[in-house]
Amino acid sequence: MSVALQARKFDAIVVGAGGSGLRAALELARAGLRVAVLSKVFPTRSHTVAAQGGIAAPLGNSSEDHWHWHMYDTVKGSDYLGDQDAIEYMCRRATEVVIELEHMGMPFDRLDNGRIYQRPFGGHTQDYGSPKMAMRACAAADRTGHAMLHTLYQQNVKASTQFFVEWMALDLIRDAEGAVLGVVALEMETGEPMILQAKATILATGGSGRMFHSSTNAFINTGDGLGMAARAGIPLEDMEFYQFHPTGVYGAGILITEGVRGEGGYLLNKDGERFMERYAPNAKDLASRDVVSRAMATEIKEGRGCGPEADHVLLKLDHLGPEVINLRLPGIREIAIKFANADPIKAPIPVVPTAHYQMGGIPANHLGQVVAPRNGNREAVVPGLYAVGECACVSVHGANRLGTNSLLDLLVFGKAGGEQAIVDIRGMAASHKDLPKDAADRSLARLAQLDSGTGGERVAEVGNDLRKTMQMHCGVFRFPELLVEGVNKVRQIAARAERISIGDKSKVFNTARIEALELYNLIEAATATVVSAEARKESRGAQARADFPDRDDKNWIKHSLWFKEGDRLEYKPVHLKPMSVETFEPKVRTY
Amino acid sequence: MRFSIYRYDPDRDARPRMQDYELKLEPTDRMLLDALVRLKAQDDSLSFRRSCREGVCGSDAMNINGKNGLACITKIADLPEKVTLRPLPGLPVVRDLIVDMTQFFNQYHSVKPYLINHDAPPERERLQSPAEREELNGLYECILCACCSTSCPSFWWNPDKYVGPAGLLQAYRFIADTRDQATGERLDNLDDPYRLFRCHTIMNCTDACPKNLNPAQAIGKIKEMLVRRAV
Repeated sequence: MSVALQARKFDAIVVGAGGSGLRAALELARAGLRVAVLSKVFPTRSHTVAAQGGIAAPLGNSSEDHWHWHMYDTVKGSDYLGDQDAIEYMCRRATEVVIELEHMGMPFDRLDNGRIYQRPFGGHTQDYGSPKMAMRACAAADRTGHAMLHTLYQQNVKASTQFFVEWMALDLIRDAEGAVLGVVALEMETGEPMILQAKATILATGGSGRMFHSSTNAFINTGDGLGMAARAGIPLEDMEFYQFHPTGVYGAGILITEGVRGEGGYLLNKDGERFMERYAPNAKDLASRDVVSRAMATEIKEGRGCGPEADHVLLKLDHLGPEVINLRLPGIREIAIKFANADPIKAPIPVVPTAHYQMGGIPANHLGQVVAPRNGNREAVVPGLYAVGECACVSVHGANRLGTNSLLDLLVFGKAGGEQAIVDIRGMAASHKDLPKDAADRSLARLAQLDSGTGGERVAEVGNDLRKTMQMHCGVFRFPELLVEGVNKVRQIAARAERISIGDKSKVFNTARIEALELYNLIEAATATVVSAEARKESRGAQARADFPDRDDKNWIKHSLWFKEGDRLEYKPVHLKPMSVETFEPKVRTY
Repeated sequence: MRFSIYRYDPDRDARPRMQDYELKLEPTDRMLLDALVRLKAQDDSLSFRRSCREGVCGSDAMNINGKNGLACITKIADLPEKVTLRPLPGLPVVRDLIVDMTQFFNQYHSVKPYLINHDAPPERERLQSPAEREELNGLYECILCACCSTSCPSFWWNPDKYVGPAGLLQAYRFIADTRDQATGERLDNLDDPYRLFRCHTIMNCTDACPKNLNPAQAIGKIKEMLVRRAV
């Protein structure tokens, strides 16, 4: 293909304008570099906006706390699959980035002494797992993500960051040496593709939660960065670990924050029993999310679910009283009234475990650099490419993420990725590297196929089949036959996706085309997820197999790497050695 | 359920038109957005923005039977059997229900929507009492959906000169923040016959806000501060 695309040059490109992308962009813009931020949606519409409960930092404002306790909880929460060096790094920088966020204007709730309000959350403990909960989640009511995303956007306005709003990145551009030189992107309003060239390309595209039928995720969470990386020959790490949040609104999937339980709410089965007391005698409703979701699924499976179909449980919080609910959980009240027809001041909220967070993603180190196997080095840095936030696997969340560690991840690694990119850019030659001749070929071929194709499969149908398949075959509990069948089905759906066509051929703001391009990305993410899940013969964190119900530390303390080419897996060791402290050795995980 | 939806694709239509649709409702169709997503599965050229589908991202603001609102939190059960959907009024239409929000965001940016504090940041958080923090409630929750500004006749007339209710609500959000040191500068920025004083207290903004915020009240407070400053 010899179509010459227009190319624009920047020092750095950030793909995605959620929490991590905006934090990275801020670092770059403040350093005086030319940075372009691309986003499918106006920045404040990114999915970080929907985060509710809080951001973890051991400020110790309400209870004694320490970064090393936070680190222990995170390692234990990860079911010992998290990289302990990266976890130490994140926990040690937590106070710094949260205080900075406050200085930027974040409207945190306050204590009487004027300090940031902190609440308990699942798996947050004092003194290395003692029965005493740590108050570590810094909150702005139950709109912490909203407040944070707007604050970060506002700071980028102040720093004059250049935004490309409603642009979708399609593919990475890599040269023969494997260096990433930028992206091919599509301006949605005009339908025109363009090359954006940069010395540093930072992927901050978020998760892929729309691969599941029942999901707390926004429509835009289609794993775009994962698809771009996979097509460029970069593996996806630990994709089998998909977190099911215990409390999605029954039937609607809308998130109800764990902060409800942090403030004192609890779960009930149809007998009115507070069943978490049986599954987690100490932490009860504030056990880790994987533990609570499995307990709920077990209650439902064993016939103790609520409602005519016995297919959900109830989240009770009316005993907190209208004052606490209106002050600390006003958004939850709004959601429950709108989506569950239940005013939580008077009635419990019907909830079910709902797909929520992708622990896996593009393999990256704690500096945000993407790493992939090359010439015998399992973690060779991919020059010019960075990944931060939910699309990255650092891996600080391992097999299960603790609540409020995601917003922290966005800030710490968004900032770290920005800092590292600045160092790398300043060490490079002044001029950009030459683009390969075929830089845009793959993207243009796909666009041409969508422009000319007719009579193929419909995007909505293929997408719905994918979501139903993933929901049925790769859910909270995983069964061997269903997994094998799931792998086959997803591969068949991937083949069908090659034959999709769209009816809308307009150039202008063609959302049908965007949805088709998103589907390609979602399929890469879903294939990685189900293939990795089928291959991992153990239960750990969010992966719970009926045929291998136990954790297998002898064989499976290792990260999965799925490669698109050949649809195959490799594995690499977990970093068990922290940066400066002793290793937390794997032990039986109880709450 | 019947729909009449504004359609315009500048790539092929000479002028806008209204198109009728019918949809057999499923039990899972709770909100207007659910119905729109299913209509789009039938006719993929139907164009609208959407993302969070829970009323926090502000993407799917549109004019629903004459009133601005978010499709994702508008219950189908609360709508009549026939629904007329148009793009938000007063902004240029890009396509179908998608409007060009450049002017809206320019006005938002014009109020310097970020905390201004010239002191060296302390080692820990800047202190703020719960009562001081409470002053920000009803302000910081804005989702920039533009339902308010595009329901305001003053904004329709002067979108380039009048900040509009959304921008003014955010201007007051920073004036009300005890950590901000730029109140004087912010008031100067608004002390203008157009930027602030085009508000004629019509109150459409407050009526339209899907988050139950009250831009009119915030505007009133800014006006009051300017009056007090003048005497």
